[in-house]
Order: sequence, then C-alpha cells, then structure tokens
Amino acid sequence: MDKVTTYSEAIRDALDEEMSIDNKIILMGEDIGLQGGVFGTSRGLYEKYGASRVMDTPISENSFVGAAIGAALTGLRPVVEIMYIDFITLAMDQIVNQAAKIKYMFGGKAKVPIVIRTQGGGGKGNASHHSQSLEVFFCHIPGLKVVMPSTPYDAKGLLKSSIRDDNAIIFIEHKLLYNITGSIPDSNYTIPLGKADIKKEGEDISVVSISYMVNKALSAAASLEDEGISPEVIDLRSLYPLDIDTIISSVKKTNHLLIVHESCSRAGTGAYILKEVLPDIFDYLDSPPVILGGLDSPIPYSYVLESAIIPSEEKIVNTIKKIMHNLIKNK
Amino acid sequence: MDNNKTTANNKVNKQKSSKEKKDSKSEKIPDNLKLLFLEKMYTIRKFEEKVKELFSLGLIRGSTHVYIGEEAVAVGACSALASDDYIVSTHRGHGHCIAKGAELRPMMAELLGKETGCCKGKGGSMHIADFDKGILGAVGIVGAGLPIAVGAALSSKYLNNGKITISFFGDGASNQGTFHECLNLASIWKLPIIFVCENNCYAITVPASYSTSCTNIADRAPGYNIEGIITDGSDVEKVYIAVKKAVDNVKNGSRTVLIEAKTYRYEGHWIGDPQVYRSKEEIDYWKTKDPINNYKKKLINEKIITENSYTLMTDKVDKLIEDAVEFAKNSKFLSADKALDDIYTSNDFMFRS
Repeated sequence: MDKVTTYSEAIRDALDEEMSIDNKIILMGEDIGLQGGVFGTSRGLYEKYGASRVMDTPISENSFVGAAIGAALTGLRPVVEIMYIDFITLAMDQIVNQAAKIKYMFGGKAKVPIVIRTQGGGGKGNASHHSQSLEVFFCHIPGLKVVMPSTPYDAKGLLKSSIRDDNAIIFIEHKLLYNITGSIPDSNYTIPLGKADIKKEGEDISVVSISYMVNKALSAAASLEDEGISPEVIDLRSLYPLDIDTIISSVKKTNHLLIVHESCSRAGTGAYILKEVLPDIFDYLDSPPVILGGLDSPIPYSYVLESAIIPSEEKIVNTIKKIMHNLIKNK
Repeated sequence: MDNNKTTANNKVNKQKSSKEKKDSKSEKIPDNLKLLFLEKMYTIRKFEEKVKELFSLGLIRGSTHVYIGEEAVAVGACSALASDDYIVSTHRGHGHCIAKGAELRPMMAELLGKETGCCKGKGGSMHIADFDKGILGAVGIVGAGLPIAVGAALSSKYLNNGKITISFFGDGASNQGTFHECLNLASIWKLPIIFVCENNCYAITVPASYSTSCTNIADRAPGYNIEGIITDGSDVEKVYIAVKKAVDNVKNGSRTVLIEAKTYRYEGHWIGDPQVYRSKEEIDYWKTKDPINNYKKKLINEKIITENSYTLMTDKVDKLIEDAVEFAKNSKFLSADKALDDIYTSNDFMFRS
C-alpha cells in the first residue's frame, strides 16, 4: 500500500526507521530536539528516542560536526543536521580536512560513517546567507559523497542508504521541496547511491538536473511537449557518485544535452558533469552541450532580483527551444 | 628577543601556583611505573633525535615536528590512561603515540613513507594513528583535534564503556574557536574527556605572551564551568598525578578538567626552523629543567636506578630504535597503483561500464 507523504515527513520517516533498527544512530543539530527541526524533519523523534539520541547542539557548527566525526570513528553512526547549507562553511575544516580524509590518511584503517544533512537553495527571499547552493564545494573533495533528492520517495530511500553507508555523506535537501507531496510504498525500500532516475522519458534532448531544479525541468518539459519537443528529464539524485552511464545512453538517443542547476555557473556543477561525460558523448552530439546554471551572483533578497538569478521554468523552455531551433536553422 | 625570554621565564615562575601544589600532594607512585616513565621519555627523545637525523639525510620528507623537551607531558598523561582509552594528538604527535603504546617499527616506517607504516605511508608524520591502541590520530590542523576528541568522549558516554579521552593541543590551539566551542560542549554534555594543553610558549614563531590574552590557558576554563589546573610539564610525576586525579574524577562523574602543562620545545617548530624568535639563553634556561636528565637524577637519588642500570635501559632502547630504522629502510613503498585506494570504503559505485 502506498501512502502520500511530504518530503519533510519522508526524511523523518527514514530517520525513524533506521534509528529503530540501529541504536548506534544518533542525531545531532540545532533545534532538532523538542522543536523537531526548523523544517520538521525530526518531528517526534526526540519524544520517541530521547535526548541522548536526538541531541540539540549549541550553535557551534565546526565543533559539533567534528564531534560527530569523532563519534563515528569510535563506533556510532551520527546523522548531523546543518540548518542551512550557508552555515556549513563554518564546519568546512572538519568536513574537508577530517571527515573526507581520515580513512585515506590513516591508510584505510578507520571509517567515518556520518551523514551531514542540510538544505540549500533560493526561492523564498532568504537572501545571501540562507539561500546558497554550495554542493559543488563537496563534489570537489575526494572522500565525500554528495546526495540531493528531489522527491519524497527518493529522499526516503536515499537517506536510508546514506545512513547505512560507511562513508561521509553530504545530503542536501532543498527548502522549496519540504512541503511537496509524493507517493511512498509502505515497504522497507532503499535506493542505491549513484543511480540516476529518468523522471520523464523523451526523444529530442537530454535534460540533466538535480534537486529542486528537476521539478522546473519537468514543468518545462511538459509545456514543450505541447509544442512538439520531447525532452528526457534525468534526475541525477547524487552528484558523487555520478551516474555517467545514464547520461551517456540518454544522449546517444537524443543527441542533445542540457544541464540545468541552481548553483552558480562559474567552475560549477555543470562543468563538472560535462567533464565526466563529454569524451563519451562527443561523437553523438548534434549541437554543442549547454549548461544553464544560476547566474554568478550572491542571492539577492528582492523577488524580482532573485528570480533573475536562479534558472526559471521559462528560461529552461527558452534554452531548449534555442538549441532545437538552431538545429532546424542549421539544417 | 629579550621580551620573549622574560616572558618564557615568567611562565616558569608562575608554575608554582597554589593549584599546582594542591595537585602534587604526595601520591605514591610505584617504582616500576617510575622506571617506565624514564624509559618512555628516553625512547621519545631518542626516536626524535633519529627522526632529525633521517630528515637531514632526506629519508623523511615534508613537515616534521619533533617533541624534544616536552616528553614528560605525553608520558605523564598517557600513563594515567588504560590501554583502550583514547587520545587525539596534534601535528607534534610522535611523543603522544609512543607514550600511548604505538610500536616503533610501524611508526618509523610511516615516517619513511613505507607500506609497513601504520598508515601505509599515506599519512606521514602529521597523521600517525593506531586505533588498536586508542590513538585516534594526529591532526595536522591546529585546534582540529578537539572536536574529534569531544566526539570520542560523546561516544564513550553514549555506549557507557567507561573509556576516557585525552585531547592534546597547544597554546596556539587555545586561540582557535574549536577550543572554546569544545570546552563548552564537554561541559554542557558532561563528557568523559580531559583537555591537556601543552603550553610550550610559542605558536610556531609567535610567543604566547603576544598571541594569547591571558598568561595561563588554564584561566580560560572557569568560563566554561570547567576546572583549570596548571602543572609543571617538565616533571613527569606532576603531570601523571594531575592527569590521574582528573581521570579518577571524571570516571566518578565529576566535570571534565583542563590541565595546562607548562613546557618548552628545544627544537624549532619544524626541522630547519631558523628560530629568529628566541634566544639561546632562553633555550639553555629550559634545558636546566630537562625532563629526562632531572628525572634520572631523581631516580638515582631515590636509589631506584643506578648509572649502570640506566645504561642498560638506554642500550636496550637504542637497539629498538635502530631496529625500527632498519625495518623501515628495508620495507617497500606502497605501489603507485594503490594511490587511489582507501578514499572510500568501496570503489564499486562509479556506474561506468
């Protein structure tokens, strides 16, 4: 039996199910206890598991992330919440220099099974310190995995896999996704990390995206279908591991590639993805691959300005049309 | 220069605080433990002298920080721990590792970058670890070890396994945010952790008198509702007694403690440091407080050792160190095709056929 649940509830359910079967899992973060997290992702868990497993932390990001790493080194499996990804910059030493490297620099004799959950993205007027998309920082660091689900179903299955994984995982949610609903089976399912999902099949162009931008790509694709263009929308679900095969086989079918992401374009997510796939798709492309990312700017407060920075559904539609029309013209 | 000298000497005088006298009230230390103190300190000294030699020969590369002069702190502190208790070390970590029981062969092999090293040659001087001995690793970022130590203590409390964690760090780290955050975390969560600050008077080249707002790092502890204790880091028995008492207190449920050990490194911050920031007189002054020579004299006076038995001990240690060096030299480097191993727990997730 499927049930309809929000993205936020799906996260909570994943935490609850995993905590109920493994008492080495503890949660740490700001306002996650009685409050249940400012986005409700741990609602009810403090009451169910108590303060020793659902730990409110002081506002000391670097040190409580480091403490989670130390706990992971010594037998626990902490899941840490960083309230806004913007605050993760305070914990970069522990994430980049410790969590990502401990296994390697100690010759493989240690592991750091930790999940750092956070949320990012704009669209709500939270301005420059509460709206960023910083995932590419973590893609750059060997030793980390980067997971970014776009639906309640994916969020639950990927979070359960992340918690069971023995590596350090940056699990990035999006603030505009928490209230979306989706259907989730009652069964105890997981989704392997590094498997993309084709959210909409199509014939004409491969649109590769992740997190909330998948929703915009799907809306854009629906309106383009009315105009006779059939985009295939690929939700990567994780940036590392990156499902290169799914992108390649899609482009072999469509012969066009658009990568859409919310983070800044400069040295960005799109450049990273393109570098990974280009040697394998080059001969199959009928047009230059295009990256549509956020403009290279801090996120402004005003609705008008913010909307200009983050790729919109309209911009995706126009970009796809331009790619396809150029092709028609060139023919 | 003169300023620095005055500062460093002042710090010694301040060691005779009432707090210290209270801690060092006579606790009977068994003779065999005293012998062990001396042997461990001597082992660290000789190991580090050998490291300097191998560095000058080009067999050890990179940044290497030796612990000569500070041996009493590591030995006194680690001797108060059980073998499965935890320590988190620093960039100057060889002494902590030896004191906590790391074996010389894999340590030396690690410094030479060999596959028989405790980290297969991937860590080197600043990342030595031995998880079987409770050594959760040396950390190359100043102040970054404190959160990890807090986490180990959190884990011990949650698992109720009775393990204590010592977090080693220096006066320099006490100016990092993590020091302040972690004293707060340990205090509010009542964790079984002991903070051991090795105040060796300098953070790289900058004197603590310039960089640090208070004369005693221990004075920062009360702001976090933690007891701050000052001890003489040149006196292994005083360090041992202070840490032992803290371990017993923490095991009995008392609040954690910050122990500041006043100490001094005879060598530069790194091998090759021109040391423009301090005078020969200052170094010579501290050498009069040498933790090994003075302790040897003490044990001779107490008739626990003789010159003869001391020589037997040093001969034994010298041979062990030579053995470790030979082992390291004769070991192979990990082959280049293993450079990408150990980044993740498995490599089966790049879905590329």
